Amino acid sequence: MSGGAQVKSRWLPWHAAAVFCFLYLPIVTLIVYSFNGSGVGGFPPRNLTLDWYRMLFADDAIWTSVLNSVLVAAAAMAISLTFGIPAALALDRADFPGKVLFRRLVLLPLILPGIITGLSLLMLFRAADMKLSLLTIVLGHGTALISVATTEVFAGLQKLDRAQEEASLDLGANYWQTFWRVTIPNLRLSIIGAALLIFTLSMDEIAVSFFLIGRDNTLPLEIWGRLRRGITPEINAISSIIFAFSLVAIVTWYRLRARAEGNAEGGAELVEAPVQGD
Amino acid sequence: MFSRAYRAAITVPPLVWVAVFLLVPYALLFCYSFWSVSVSQTIVHSWTLDNYRDLFRVNVYLQTLFRSMWIAARVMVFSLLLGYPLAYYLSFHAGARKELFYQLVIIPLWVSYLVRAYAWKTILGSDGVLNTLLQYVHVTQHPLDFLLYSPFAVVLTLTHIYTPFAFLPIYASLEHIPRNLVEASHDLGASPFQTFWRVILPLSIPGVLAGATFAFVLSLGDFLAPLLLGGPSGIMISNIVVSLFGAAYNWPLGAAISLCMLLLVLALIYLSESLEKKWSFR
Amino acid sequence: MATTTEATLARSSRVGAQPLLSVRNIAKSFGKNPVLRDISLEIAESEFLTILGESGSGKTTLLRIIAGFEDATSGEIWMEDQRLDVLPPYRRRVNTVFQHYALFPHLTVAENVGYGLRVAKLPKEEIANRVEQALAMVKMTAYARSKPAKISGGQQQRIALARALVNRPRLLLLDEPLSALDANLRRQMQVELKSLQREVGISFVFVTHDQEEAMVMSDRIALLRRGELEQIASPREIYGRPATAYTAQFIGHTNLLPGEVKGGVVRCHSLDWPVGLPDGPVLFSLRPESLRVVNSAAGSAGVNVVRFRARVCHQAFHGSTELLQVECADGLKLSIRTATRENWSGDLELEFSPQDAVAVRPSEERI
Repeated sequence: MSGGAQVKSRWLPWHAAAVFCFLYLPIVTLIVYSFNGSGVGGFPPRNLTLDWYRMLFADDAIWTSVLNSVLVAAAAMAISLTFGIPAALALDRADFPGKVLFRRLVLLPLILPGIITGLSLLMLFRAADMKLSLLTIVLGHGTALISVATTEVFAGLQKLDRAQEEASLDLGANYWQTFWRVTIPNLRLSIIGAALLIFTLSMDEIAVSFFLIGRDNTLPLEIWGRLRRGITPEINAISSIIFAFSLVAIVTWYRLRARAEGNAEGGAELVEAPVQGD
Repeated sequence: MFSRAYRAAITVPPLVWVAVFLLVPYALLFCYSFWSVSVSQTIVHSWTLDNYRDLFRVNVYLQTLFRSMWIAARVMVFSLLLGYPLAYYLSFHAGARKELFYQLVIIPLWVSYLVRAYAWKTILGSDGVLNTLLQYVHVTQHPLDFLLYSPFAVVLTLTHIYTPFAFLPIYASLEHIPRNLVEASHDLGASPFQTFWRVILPLSIPGVLAGATFAFVLSLGDFLAPLLLGGPSGIMISNIVVSLFGAAYNWPLGAAISLCMLLLVLALIYLSESLEKKWSFR
Repeated sequence: MATTTEATLARSSRVGAQPLLSVRNIAKSFGKNPVLRDISLEIAESEFLTILGESGSGKTTLLRIIAGFEDATSGEIWMEDQRLDVLPPYRRRVNTVFQHYALFPHLTVAENVGYGLRVAKLPKEEIANRVEQALAMVKMTAYARSKPAKISGGQQQRIALARALVNRPRLLLLDEPLSALDANLRRQMQVELKSLQREVGISFVFVTHDQEEAMVMSDRIALLRRGELEQIASPREIYGRPATAYTAQFIGHTNLLPGEVKGGVVRCHSLDWPVGLPDGPVLFSLRPESLRVVNSAAGSAGVNVVRFRARVCHQAFHGSTELLQVECADGLKLSIRTATRENWSGDLELEFSPQDAVAVRPSEERI
């Protein structure tokens, strides 16, 4: 890169370091105090202990809510992908009346404060006389996160060479076969990325769930309930565990993508080189 | 090349789903805002403007709305002040560590929003980490009580949460600036600062606008951080909506406030998109 | 543009009256923008037809309509007794070699080649056999297990060819398949492709913008210009007897001489010669190699030649030949192809035979 000559003052790296401290301060605090024997506050941390983790593992309510969250996230992921992938295809390659409105509507939950999505869905379920339960949360998350599936898959479609699908049709595969044999494999990185993102966002979602919750809690709502009753390092402990899981997930995902992109880029070069010669 | 049946198959299912689960709910929100609640706490399905009249007549609603906008504006500015130089540093100067630093910005996004807000609470509380630290090193004798349960705490927490959101689009737009433009600018005799001011900054405006919109809109509608850290002086507009949908049981009024919020958000998105178009040269 | 040519006649008498594919009055617009206007042409069994044209001439669109990726705005396409243009691409016995090959990156070379057979649900053994044969045909057996990204451009090209031919199509469409290759490989592939076509006996429709390539490979060339069929004829005929000024200029190099016919004699600047054309303005195409330099000492002009003097303005070395720009006293400028000589200069005595000057229709510049 052509470094040197641009604005390079001494404070830029310091600023970056400060921002990173700011971003990581709460996370580090959280983890450190999950081992703190004398509660969530107080400096310096003392009486290092694993008691909070022990307490956590014995806490059935938390684990029930974790299970609920996983179920909700998996179901929401299925819904978002089922409708988000065709939505992206439709935006890419079909013209229909109201397409602009459709696009805006699908993407709206991405930018809209969750509270609005949550309470308007609450009104829908009330109007349809549906009892609030994990199902209503699934429907809420599934709907709101279609936006994520659509954006990711749409971005993938922009990189997909239309000739790939034409070649498949040309070779005698019908639309359905072409979709499964060519379109989906070509989009698999976008789809896996979307799936992971949807899963994580759903696991963490609280604004929509807040309005649609029935008797069973998701993990964030369980934590929320406890925060209102008073705070204990048990919450630090569960948060640290989730953080560790997320880290593993991120690292796996980047490994996976780097490997796949390494392959894909080899192909891309061969495809792009002739274009310059035209 | 795509047959009619194929196009129908990809269009109809998402269209129907979106109509049922997004369009109808928004329409309901709209309807509710013109209904009212009877004394016996049932919804009266006759059209009235009372909710909107209340909204503009009762001071607390407008005051809270303005306070929310003021908090959101501060969050937006701080996120940009933290996010832009960071993005610039990563994009132009971080060299080989660029990818690592980028991941470091992303990782906090994977930590639960709620958990991060909670962590700030444990830091800022009167016997929290920060106050005990300050006393431990003898900077203060007594805990500072403006730290928690104040608009300050809300702004701090939301800034922490939305800085990565502001950073991402800015970084993307900086990364898209062809490096030979920077070289051309230097070649034509511009100093590094002039190059930044006249080439890099204008070309990154769309990213700044997108980041600013994210930070402002998402903090405007937040209700968890204020509830957790705001105290009475940090109440935001969504907290009022939550209470109207909960204990106060006035859905129509809550719907009216939400609809105003929705319109405000849509107007901001529209504004930001049209500015972005003006600033994008591709 | 009903230029019925000897070649077509000869061919249709050989394979019987019915062509393999007929394109009938095809027109296509994108919105209000017409890209093809009233195209009709026929392709015979085992013919190598090239659709030649500049970018934007509509050649690729025509190919895509035959393949089924685009719908024509009007017109029909028939394959023998079957109407083709109403069928989806996967029901047509037509296969395509794409411009950048469009090999499936997630499948191996062998899986790419076997794709069409697999979706047709042929028995596994037959698929394996035919894939093997197809790979052997293009000499790529050794790469069966490679991914497309790992092989070179020329190899990808062979795989694309094998993937199409393994399905035994009636007609193979090739969309500028050689444009991605460098010059040497390209010439080699032209020869290979042509001999492969003779070997398999399948009709090829080959799209290119390269007139030299078209000349080398084709039985017939269909020249498209701005969505219209300019001329369709064998390479020799289209070069020797161009129908329009555009064809004459696009295929090879030519001199365009505007003249006026009066009483069986054409007058063009200070030159004149007898013609069998009605009175009126006329435009001639005269190839640079039709002009000969004559030794001034060789005596007077024969009866059947036009002889004149001109001055050399510019000389360009082309390896085996020399291209001279000359100017006559009356201002007429001409290009001449001659044998190589270090230094052409001064005044030259030139001649050409009147039958080499071909009357062409003028091509107006439309916007």
